[in-house]
Amino acid sequence: MTAVFDILASAGLWAAVLRIATPLILGTLGALLCEKAGVLNLGIEGIMTFGAMIGWLSVYNGADLWTGLLIAAVAGAVFGALHALLTVTLGLSQHVSGLGVTLFASSLSYFLFRLLVPVAGTPPTIEPFQPIAIPGLSDLPFVGPALFVQTPPTYLAILIALVMAYMLFRTPLGLAIRMTGENPHAAEAQGINPMAIRYGAVMAGSALMGMAGAFLTLSAFNSFFPTMVQGRGWICIALVVFSSWRPGCALLGALLFAFFDSFQLRLQTTLGGTVPYQLFLMTPYILSIAALAIMARRARVPQALMQPYRRGER
Amino acid sequence: MRFERREHRPLALVIATPILAIVVALAISGVLIAIAGAPVLEAYWRILKGAFGSRLSVTETLTRATPLMLTGLAAAVAFRARLWNIGAEGQLYLGAIVVAATSSHLLGGLPPIVQIPALLVLGAIAGMVLLLVPLWLRLRFSVDEVVTTLLLNFVAVLFVSMLIDTVLKDPAAFGWPQSQSVADGAMLPKLLSRSRLHLGLAIAVVLAFLLHFVQSRTVFGLKSRAAGLNPQAAVFAGVPLGRTLVGVACISGGLAGLAGAVEVMGVKGYVTTDLSPGYGYSGIVVAMLANLHPLGVVLAALFTATMFVGADGMSRSMGIPSYIADLTVALSLLTMLVALFFTQYRIRR
Repeated sequence: MTAVFDILASAGLWAAVLRIATPLILGTLGALLCEKAGVLNLGIEGIMTFGAMIGWLSVYNGADLWTGLLIAAVAGAVFGALHALLTVTLGLSQHVSGLGVTLFASSLSYFLFRLLVPVAGTPPTIEPFQPIAIPGLSDLPFVGPALFVQTPPTYLAILIALVMAYMLFRTPLGLAIRMTGENPHAAEAQGINPMAIRYGAVMAGSALMGMAGAFLTLSAFNSFFPTMVQGRGWICIALVVFSSWRPGCALLGALLFAFFDSFQLRLQTTLGGTVPYQLFLMTPYILSIAALAIMARRARVPQALMQPYRRGER
Repeated sequence: MRFERREHRPLALVIATPILAIVVALAISGVLIAIAGAPVLEAYWRILKGAFGSRLSVTETLTRATPLMLTGLAAAVAFRARLWNIGAEGQLYLGAIVVAATSSHLLGGLPPIVQIPALLVLGAIAGMVLLLVPLWLRLRFSVDEVVTTLLLNFVAVLFVSMLIDTVLKDPAAFGWPQSQSVADGAMLPKLLSRSRLHLGLAIAVVLAFLLHFVQSRTVFGLKSRAAGLNPQAAVFAGVPLGRTLVGVACISGGLAGLAGAVEVMGVKGYVTTDLSPGYGYSGIVVAMLANLHPLGVVLAALFTATMFVGADGMSRSMGIPSYIADLTVALSLLTMLVALFFTQYRIRR
């Protein structure tokens, strides 16, 4: 019991929460934006993998870190356009298209990485983002080092969550996106082009997914290896349901999730040897399933989610 | 540009669809091979030679196709009923580990004629159980099974990793996490001597025909197809939706679990966490290329296995990463989706 308390009282835990949460925040917001417009994007796992690879590869070849992040976002948007072409223009099954995009994007990542980076004994590394202490706030006792000494993309992720919450619920564009996700026929009657809105939302959301992946290689770690995304994309899809499609709740959900994750990581070192480590590694996935079971009925699903829109066809 | 639904689908078009899809996927992969700086046609020639060039390579391709047929059937039967089982990978691992656990501890002494069928059934049951959990969550709490089956894949592999690291660990494996070997009497008989080709291939092909019969000629098959085509209409017509889906899940999960059992009993003899190079996920592509038809699955699994086995050889001799196989298979899923669309719709100007 004292071990648990010691863990909770360490600033390191709380600093790790924000670090672990960042890719989840970005990925969940990306998936949420797509789904608000009515498109489920299961390409997320592959798009995150590709973002991680292309962001890292750009920096490895001399680009600076922000350019790497931007390239990952653009690559994400390109895969988003592919998913939109299949699901919006052609109206194909969003489940199968998304899985196809995931398989394609991740195998393309592995192929390009193996082709462009020579095989070496130790994986090549880059110089990742360094934590920045916010002047003033970071000097606060305990709270300062826990919350205000993070790498820039973490601050950016939190900012994006707030901007998206404002955009979705306080601007005409947000209203158009939500209408398209609830009832594209009504949206069209209001002079909104549901096709254009869906393309925009899926591409922007996928760009965020690409950034989520790039955070892993440009900030959390400093090298790329296959399977590094480890199901984070699927966890983000679960977090969207858990947040009931609200950006603010998505932010909180990602933080809560990251809290459990960094807690189990520390508990693992405390209890190491007595309990198999695999049990700890299972917890994020089981927690996601539990979160889905608790929230699935209560959540307010966008009513036109997974329904293709064809003009003049019901 | 607008699309209009076709009145009827010409049979020639339906048969040409997967071939066209594969040709387009190969063409796109060809561009990537060219970018990588290798002669495209020679690369494909070497893939073909690597997969069919010798007696050994033909048997290897057929051995590799066996688990893909089973996971492909698992996906096809589930998708037909619109049960999105993306968890074949986890079900495969659970089937495999149950076989390893029971063969070495409980059933090891039994004669093969009893032990082999018993182990195959146990492996299938393990896969079923793992799929019934997300189905229960869907029926009870309306949780989308896509995400839960995907997440359970990670749980299942970690569970297997835990077992082969602790209770089922082979003490003779020099500390390497590997399960104890199954008893000699548990290994499936070989179909051909001096090869790895085993009885599993025959089992998979027979099951494909059996499944085709069940889907096209039985009441249960009709119900499962109705549940997929229009669940609401099916309920109005008196189809018990929940019970039908449980039946479909048992078949689908069972086939995926069987894939794991067959892979252990036919090829490996023990379980490691790299038992499957993504057979569960490739099974989805196999099912889609077959347009969810059980007999088509057999052919689509052969194509996929050809790519994987052939690319291994081509990669060694030409320096193109063998991930080109995964890439082509993934691309063929996307091109197949587009091709299927154009069998149902035509462009109207």
